[in-house]
Amino acid sequence: MNIVVVLKHIPSVADELPVRGNQVDFDSVDFVLNEWDEQSLEQAALIKEALGGTVTAIGVDVIGELDNLLHLALAKGADRAVKIAADDAGADSHRQAKWLSEAIRPMAPDLVLVGVQASNDIDGQLGPLLAAYLDLPYIGVVSSIEVQDGTALMNKEFAGGFGARYSVRLPFVAGVQVAPKPPRYAPVSKIRQIAQTAKIEVLEPSGEADSGLVFRKVAPPVVSGHAEMIEGSPKEIAARLVALLKERGLA
Amino acid sequence: MTIQEQKAVVVEKQRVVVDGVDISGHWNRMFEQRTIFEYTPEQIEAIASIAGAESFAYCYQCAKCVPVCPVDVVGNYGPRKLYRYAQTGVNLMESPELWLCTTCANCLRVCPKEVNMVEIMPAVREQAILQGKFVPPELQQAFENTAKTGNPLGQPQRKRDAWIAKADVPVPIIKDLGRPVEVLWYVGSYPSYHPRGVDAACAAARIFTALGIDFAILGKEEKDDADSQRLAGEKGLFEMLAEYNIATFNKYEWKEMVVTGPHELNAFKNIYPRYGFNRPVVHYTTFLVRYLDQLKPLLKHPVRKRVTYHDPCYLGRHNGEYEAPRLLLQAIPGLELVEMGRNRQNGYCCGGGGGGMWMDSFTAKHTRMRLSEKRAMEAASTGAEVLAVACPFEVSRFEDAMKSTGNEHVGVLDILELLDRSMRGEEAAEHPQPS
Ligand code: SF4
Ligand code: SF4
Repeated sequence: MNIVVVLKHIPSVADELPVRGNQVDFDSVDFVLNEWDEQSLEQAALIKEALGGTVTAIGVDVIGELDNLLHLALAKGADRAVKIAADDAGADSHRQAKWLSEAIRPMAPDLVLVGVQASNDIDGQLGPLLAAYLDLPYIGVVSSIEVQDGTALMNKEFAGGFGARYSVRLPFVAGVQVAPKPPRYAPVSKIRQIAQTAKIEVLEPSGEADSGLVFRKVAPPVVSGHAEMIEGSPKEIAARLVALLKERGLA
Repeated sequence: MTIQEQKAVVVEKQRVVVDGVDISGHWNRMFEQRTIFEYTPEQIEAIASIAGAESFAYCYQCAKCVPVCPVDVVGNYGPRKLYRYAQTGVNLMESPELWLCTTCANCLRVCPKEVNMVEIMPAVREQAILQGKFVPPELQQAFENTAKTGNPLGQPQRKRDAWIAKADVPVPIIKDLGRPVEVLWYVGSYPSYHPRGVDAACAAARIFTALGIDFAILGKEEKDDADSQRLAGEKGLFEMLAEYNIATFNKYEWKEMVVTGPHELNAFKNIYPRYGFNRPVVHYTTFLVRYLDQLKPLLKHPVRKRVTYHDPCYLGRHNGEYEAPRLLLQAIPGLELVEMGRNRQNGYCCGGGGGGMWMDSFTAKHTRMRLSEKRAMEAASTGAEVLAVACPFEVSRFEDAMKSTGNEHVGVLDILELLDRSMRGEEAAEHPQPS
């Protein structure tokens, strides 16, 4: 099995996103590994443990700090680490998918795993775009991938709590929702050891793509409308609630 | 080979006649033969070959360490027993015993051979972690949280100084202050985030302010000291944070650092020097006791309570501070200080050290009761109404333990909270004005 896992380095949304001009102020925000990529990495490691083979971790180095994520991936069981040195913090899914496809095609993977979405790719475009560029089938929102004799079995989630079981012939691109097990912990001791010796292959971004979107204005959401805190005795509060419900035509 | 739990069988002859004299009786009691010499040195050698764990092999089985080990009091533990398990073929690296030691150092205090669990445990645990052996999941979660968010509670970094809104006094952030300060106060993760820890942090801010101390905190730049994570085996995580913290501490001019917690004291005073940090650090008890003369007139309201004090292992045994906390407590008017049987050098561990803070459910499976419960019962047996503590790990641990042992009537308060109550009056302190 030749598995490729795509890692995305994205702005952390644990903090408020600072905006400068028509973009996120990438200089004053922390970058973190996309949380869905942690799931696809775990899924890749599990398949490798079951069947053998190699796991290649690859990502677009948007701010020059992807090495940290690649060391993490190596500590979690990846065999090979590749970065596309783009140094373009605002690179969108179209461009990233194009660059990734050029880098991944020569690897002739059996399976390409991406996180089904990211906080800067909520509509989960990276996977389908990458599959289109690679001319491979795509299946998204999947979990528990098991590979057997050139075919992969997996669960796929649909809206409304429905699910289905799919069987897909290799090779293909999958957008992973969740791995069958919580992502393993990679000790920092191990990551630091690996960082001393790891070889990371560096590629230049190749190929052009454009989403065609232009940012007119980027602004944080405006807080409007405040909650009314109803104070007083339980009786007074109840009376006020009833009045409000009536006022709004809800009772 | 497995552990041979052979009980000694007593042999007592009913009737013994020697040279015509009847000497029957209990003095003829003997023990049946049992195997005590059958062992393998392999496991001991394997442990002792790990850098830092060499002293494991020094043990000559005198057993002094067993009765003082807090884990043995509620289970079956101690360096001697670990050595014996290894003799019988148990691989410590794969056994639950690896995770039970709290690195409290009480065994080291009495061991004639200086078998040092405080060094052995982190070294062996690190190897177990690196080799992918079993690690208690709760502990892994604490590691993961620390690596991702900078604190073991997994709280967002940007909320690290949110507590200051509750302090009722201004708490300056050194970055905003833009000038040197006398005291850099390292608040710590639990005082910053845990609700009961925040109470102690607010009390400290009010006390420092009342004493007119020129202090500031790091605010959002502060991250966990990670000493307990180091003792639990995650040296890399510790080093990563040590590098960050040292760089942050050195960005600013300050004369002395005051820490709320003993674990931070241990990290910054004893371990960070190995990484090039050599600036003065004191625990808040040591610091405040210098101000006793100024503090006493501020302690206007009597706290008429019978109080017992728990020595934190990392303040007492590890850093030799036993008196400052007691002097502070005795300075509070109306307060009666009573001692528990196990105090000072022989203080009983709360179970939170060495990563135990994050392994309570795991430890519970391998002991009869929690260490914190044992200690809570000891505190209650003195007739104390309040158990005073000086470590941010302890308030929540002991509050839970008081409840689970049916001792809710015993309150648990940080010394900072008691001082604050005496400064402001019980009423004001117990019902703070919403800010
Ligand atoms: S006190 Fe030291 S030498 Fe004695 S049994 Fe314990 S570890 Fe061994
Ligand atoms: S350090 Fe404390 S918990 Fe660990 S073996 Fe020694 S006495 Fe027991």
